Amino acid sequence: MTLFANSPVKSFVVARVASGLVSIFFISFLVFLGTSMLPGDAANALLGQNATPETVLALRTELGLDQPLPVRYFHWLGNALHGDFGTSLSNAQPVINLLVPRLINSLILAFSAAAIVLPLAVGIGLLAAINRGKALDTATGSISAIFLSMPSFLIGYLLVFIFAVKLGLFPPLSMVRSSASLPTWISALTLPVLTLVLVAQAHVMKLTRAAVLGVMSSDYILMAETKGIPRNRIILKHALPNALSPIVSICMITMAYLIVDVVVIEAVFNYPGMGKLMVDAVAYRDIPMVLACGVLFSTIFISLNFTADLLAMLVNPRQRLPRKGN
Amino acid sequence: MSSKLTLTVSLAVLATMAAAAILAPVLAPFPPNEMVHAAFDAPGVGGVLGADGLGRDMLSRILYATRYTFVATLIATTLACMIGVSLAIIAGLSKGWADIIIGRAVDILMSIPQIIFALIILAIAGVSLTTLILTMAVLQSSTYYRVTRPIAGDLAAMEYVEVGRLRGERLHWYLFKEILPNMVPSLLAQFGLGLSSAALFISSLSFLGIGIQPPAADLGGLVRENALALSTGRLTPLIPAFCIALFCLSVNGIVDWLVGRFSDKPDVK
Repeated sequence: MTLFANSPVKSFVVARVASGLVSIFFISFLVFLGTSMLPGDAANALLGQNATPETVLALRTELGLDQPLPVRYFHWLGNALHGDFGTSLSNAQPVINLLVPRLINSLILAFSAAAIVLPLAVGIGLLAAINRGKALDTATGSISAIFLSMPSFLIGYLLVFIFAVKLGLFPPLSMVRSSASLPTWISALTLPVLTLVLVAQAHVMKLTRAAVLGVMSSDYILMAETKGIPRNRIILKHALPNALSPIVSICMITMAYLIVDVVVIEAVFNYPGMGKLMVDAVAYRDIPMVLACGVLFSTIFISLNFTADLLAMLVNPRQRLPRKGN
Repeated sequence: MSSKLTLTVSLAVLATMAAAAILAPVLAPFPPNEMVHAAFDAPGVGGVLGADGLGRDMLSRILYATRYTFVATLIATTLACMIGVSLAIIAGLSKGWADIIIGRAVDILMSIPQIIFALIILAIAGVSLTTLILTMAVLQSSTYYRVTRPIAGDLAAMEYVEVGRLRGERLHWYLFKEILPNMVPSLLAQFGLGLSSAALFISSLSFLGIGIQPPAADLGGLVRENALALSTGRLTPLIPAFCIALFCLSVNGIVDWLVGRFSDKPDVK
């Protein structure tokens, strides 16, 4: 047996990928079970006014709705793995065609926000930890407590009120077409991205501060302090490398939450992303669309969380090597 | 010192909001769903806080909305706590296959983003207040489970509990005398955090139009109804959202005090 065969990293990857897949199966099967209990089905919904017993029966056979539930589920799953999520009930177009451009828009939004918020908030969290108990720490702590108590749509609308209604700098709504020019895109993206940044920064800052302070309370830091090493040097040279693992994982988890936070933010700004698509689909009870969006959101969320734990493990040598003895 | 002040202010704010919610029918100057003013009347002209786009009185609607948000939040959080703690005790005491199944189920629940899960359930079951509250209770129960499961497991393994078991004490003896009292400190803090996250969650869903249905509206629903009026340069459409923020801020203030009180570490600030 090689060393790697026993390594915790490998068994960790196997276990987590398996449990992630179970979660995704679970959520998709749940929707299947739920939809099968609904009165009426996709055939009724598609035919609408034209539904007669004969046409419904014919369409049911055509769609495979007369098959037992497990058969239909694995049929759907097989198609989904090939990118075929069925036909939207409200739009009569393939779900995947409607989904992909919206997914790209959401990713643009979430990644722009992440690119700003991660360095910014990790920096502030570090500064707060270095200045623990001082004015800067108290101030950033209170500000983040306020932001953590605000619903994200309040933050969004306050920005709209200040920058769109009062100052007229940016459009209040962000209904961009993908063919729009770059300046249009930037001006449409500014307020939603800023909202996401404000929503996420409090979390990232708080967690980073806690991670650094957690490391600061270990014995070897006390040792360094008693040796008379200046505090700033202790934090940068001794504490930070060991806090890196939690910080990396905080960053990835933030990404995962940003992907989900877009659901509310997109509604505030009418931004054409996947969150808005899913909310509209829920309102119309467009089940194939809800299912596809739900599975996609969950997959992205679960993968990012998995990456968070994996990176944290790889950054921390103690977790990377197989344990000796106990 | 200052944490005592935070506590006093938080309690005062919560008491005021609770009074507003309970006394809404007495305090509201107008029926919440009737058009008593001209559309978009300014504050002071039609009612204290003005009117919405249909001429309904904003103050009355906010009072009733506070009621909806309070009731939904309280019921959902209490249910979540009861489900989570019961599962934790069952898992902790049985330690067999029940423990494994409950543990895996909670893992799955926690690995799916909550709002996505709620959207899927509401799409299937249809949008109603009952579905909303039940969905939230199930989703949030996982956090209570996570907090109390280790406590239940530790306590069940304690020698005096085993002795009690051997002595033939009934289940409710170690449940009510030993296990539940020991969970109270961590549960209280978790319950507070649960209240504020439930309030934010319900408000967000209502804001998205898939919570409490019109003409009734909770605080999030009111923001959705009136958001367009922001373009007139008035901040009144955001008052309901500020109420949510105030509620969460106060609850979190109390939680901080509780955590500080029950924590053994002297250096917690």
